[in-house]
Amino acid sequence: MNRIPPALRPNRFTSSRRRLALAAVAVGVLCLLETSTASAFFTPESGGSPNADKIDTLYKLILAVAVVVFVGVEGALFYCLWKFKAKKGAVAAQIHGNTRLEIGWTVGAAVILVVLAGFTFAALPGIRNPQNTGPNGYQTANGVLTAGTTKRLPPNGKSLNIDVNGQQYVWRFTYPDKTPNTTLDNPFSYEELVVPVDTAITLDIRAQDVAHSWWIPKLGGKFDAIPGYTNHTWFRIPAKLAGQSFTGQCAELCGRNHANMIARVKAVTATQFEQFLADQKTNTEAADKAAAVARKAFEKTLSTNQSATP
Amino acid sequence: MATQDITMPAQRTLAPVPQITAHEVRRESTGWTSWVTTTDHKKIGIMYLVLTFVFFLLGGVEALMIRLQLAQADNTLLTPQTYNELFTMHGTTMIFLFVVPIMAGFGNYFVPLMIGARDMAFPKLNALSFWMLAAGGVVFYGSIFFSPPECGWTCYSPLSSSQYLPSGGVDAWIFLIHLTGISSLVGAINFYATIVNMRAPGMGWGRLPLFCWSILTYAVLLILALPVIAGAVTLLLTDRHFGTHFYDASSGGSPLLWQHLFWFFGHPEVYIMVLPGFGMISEILPVFARKPIFGYKAIAASTVVIAFLGLLVWAHHMFATPSPTIVLVFFMMSSFLIAVPTGVKMFNWIATLWRGTIEFTTPLLFCAGFLFTFLIGGITGIFLAVFPVDWQLTDTYFVVAHLHYVLVGGAVLAIFAGIYYWFPKITGRMLGEGLGKLSFWLILVGFHVTFFIQHAIGLDGMPRRVYEYPNVGHLQLYNLISTVGSFILALGVGVTVVNVLISLKKGAIAGPDPWKANTLEWFTTSPPPVNNFDTVPRIRSVEPMKDIRRQVARQAEQAPAEPAPVG
Repeated sequence: MNRIPPALRPNRFTSSRRRLALAAVAVGVLCLLETSTASAFFTPESGGSPNADKIDTLYKLILAVAVVVFVGVEGALFYCLWKFKAKKGAVAAQIHGNTRLEIGWTVGAAVILVVLAGFTFAALPGIRNPQNTGPNGYQTANGVLTAGTTKRLPPNGKSLNIDVNGQQYVWRFTYPDKTPNTTLDNPFSYEELVVPVDTAITLDIRAQDVAHSWWIPKLGGKFDAIPGYTNHTWFRIPAKLAGQSFTGQCAELCGRNHANMIARVKAVTATQFEQFLADQKTNTEAADKAAAVARKAFEKTLSTNQSATP
Repeated sequence: MATQDITMPAQRTLAPVPQITAHEVRRESTGWTSWVTTTDHKKIGIMYLVLTFVFFLLGGVEALMIRLQLAQADNTLLTPQTYNELFTMHGTTMIFLFVVPIMAGFGNYFVPLMIGARDMAFPKLNALSFWMLAAGGVVFYGSIFFSPPECGWTCYSPLSSSQYLPSGGVDAWIFLIHLTGISSLVGAINFYATIVNMRAPGMGWGRLPLFCWSILTYAVLLILALPVIAGAVTLLLTDRHFGTHFYDASSGGSPLLWQHLFWFFGHPEVYIMVLPGFGMISEILPVFARKPIFGYKAIAASTVVIAFLGLLVWAHHMFATPSPTIVLVFFMMSSFLIAVPTGVKMFNWIATLWRGTIEFTTPLLFCAGFLFTFLIGGITGIFLAVFPVDWQLTDTYFVVAHLHYVLVGGAVLAIFAGIYYWFPKITGRMLGEGLGKLSFWLILVGFHVTFFIQHAIGLDGMPRRVYEYPNVGHLQLYNLISTVGSFILALGVGVTVVNVLISLKKGAIAGPDPWKANTLEWFTTSPPPVNNFDTVPRIRSVEPMKDIRRQVARQAEQAPAEPAPVG
């Protein structure tokens, strides 16, 4: 470089400076991505449940390692492309390899992955295992629930267990009631799942036609609803979020209206939840009665019509 | 002949051993019948390249229509049905009719040339292989006149059952899988037999060009993975039409069985698509860095290791399904493991550039774009391998971004590098460098504008395969950026198409070895004669052309009056 007369230098110099500027911009953007996690531009959604928060934390740890790897490797690549551009008289070094170096980076890559696996195993129990219902939560009347082999329950074994059923193109939620043996008369709702805050909610996720996938981003990850199988997940919404709704939608292609198969989880206080269950029950019973009356009236008109026109 | 004098000086005193025996010499036929009836690996290779590139353009148009629909929130440009058909056709086309078979196209043309063979081991089988592919494409695209499939390229059961999709689109898809499957299987056996048996004298396994290593591995993976998908779609066919219930949960079948069978094929398929791309990069980088490939053995070995591990990672596509934790952990660890040989390749390629004298030709630019892009795909793959994180990311636009970084980064950019690098050999003319570089920058910028933002779209909660989305947060802005990028990308591809059309007639004459390359295909004329080589030189290293050039230079020094016979 120094041997080139200054008059001839600017052309090369500006181009290398431009490249440096580009690299600086790239690094800047990356730093921005790292720090602007508040806007969640480059991190998963969280904030509605401890498992979603822990997934977010795990994601950020991996992101930190990933940024280092990205900057290191892309840096090396761009350095090589910039530094070893063919110049007059330059001769390429005829290197065929370097066993020690190659073993070094193989081991290095493996070590990074071992570290990431360590992060994952450390975070896993907090993501997978439900937490106990808090003091502000809905204290389930029948605490002893059937403990399945695959299903995870909170340490005290008590959770509010809701049956989530996917069908083209709506979710149906069936809530527990005081008679665990009969499920046909249980309160239910479509599209909007109402749950008490600060309560361990466990979900039994099923599908009755094609495969669907349950996903409320702020309440944790996806769990596929597959015909013939029951999938499980949990969440516990902090007490301060009472009154909020969390939206999500089916995440597995389920047909033409897949995009419109939305789901909402509405967080309410324990007393509001009890009221909701009672309302659903009375509404259902009222609707049943009204339907029975309507049916009777209809049958009556049918029979009178038949007798009128013999 | 002068070439013989140069390449086989040691054998001149010995009894000459005929390297190629011609028992019949026919006149080279011309006209369209010569293409239909050909068994010449070069003509079949060209047909593969042209046909698959046409499918690439069709798949690209489908992608642009998808992006147009998503440019606006709550857009009503396309109906949900059309949208589902489009992404199904886009995915199926790009995978089964573009990336996998175009690799067979490059392999067909260049494997025999690189190993100094006259043709493929089974030329007629080779023609069958091509025509099966063409038939698969016709059958599949025939469905656009009726009702194309709308269950995605993964065609998950039970959505793909006759109960939910009674139209013939899924059957056309099954037929496509069978036809292209037979095509690839027959082709794979052919590649295997060719590479194992027909290498030039002296070309031991340690001197096989890395592209041939990757095609050999590609062939083995195809032989292992294709029978599984063939079986799986046959079960789907009998479920749809002959009253069986393999995937029907209500009759004791299992929809998860489909997912396992599909991905047992589907993940090796990813490596089937990217390994030949890796091979091309390993050939092209050293040529323009003017340096030997760094760690030949490590790159060849990592190809094989990736293929082996690639058979053990399939369920990482199924982390959200009801599966035991131990299964999730196993597939996370095996997916991690595969990052090691992939990382080794990456480091070896960068080390190949180290202390080289890099010539920034279009093929080299595409290689550099490949390294830059594929690394990002590899890194996002680590996020997806961590199954608790995958629960948030799977089936969202994050995955769409990841798979395009891997497949465009790992395969398509390599394919473009290959097109620019080998076009002079195939046609005898150079592709325009100016248009080439323009095309490169448009493709690279367009690609990153399209797909980088899609990571954020996915993290904001937008699932894949939705025909519309609500106008919440920045979703509409992000999607619009992505759509703009896709048109820049398309423009870049268009520039290359124009470049090819212009250069076919007006490109500079290439000569046998315009790049001063390393491998044997540059030893013969451009385009090569029907018999490829009059004499096949004895191979003494991974870079036979370098040896030959050195020998020519040495002879020119000894007898300066004589002109150097080979460039």
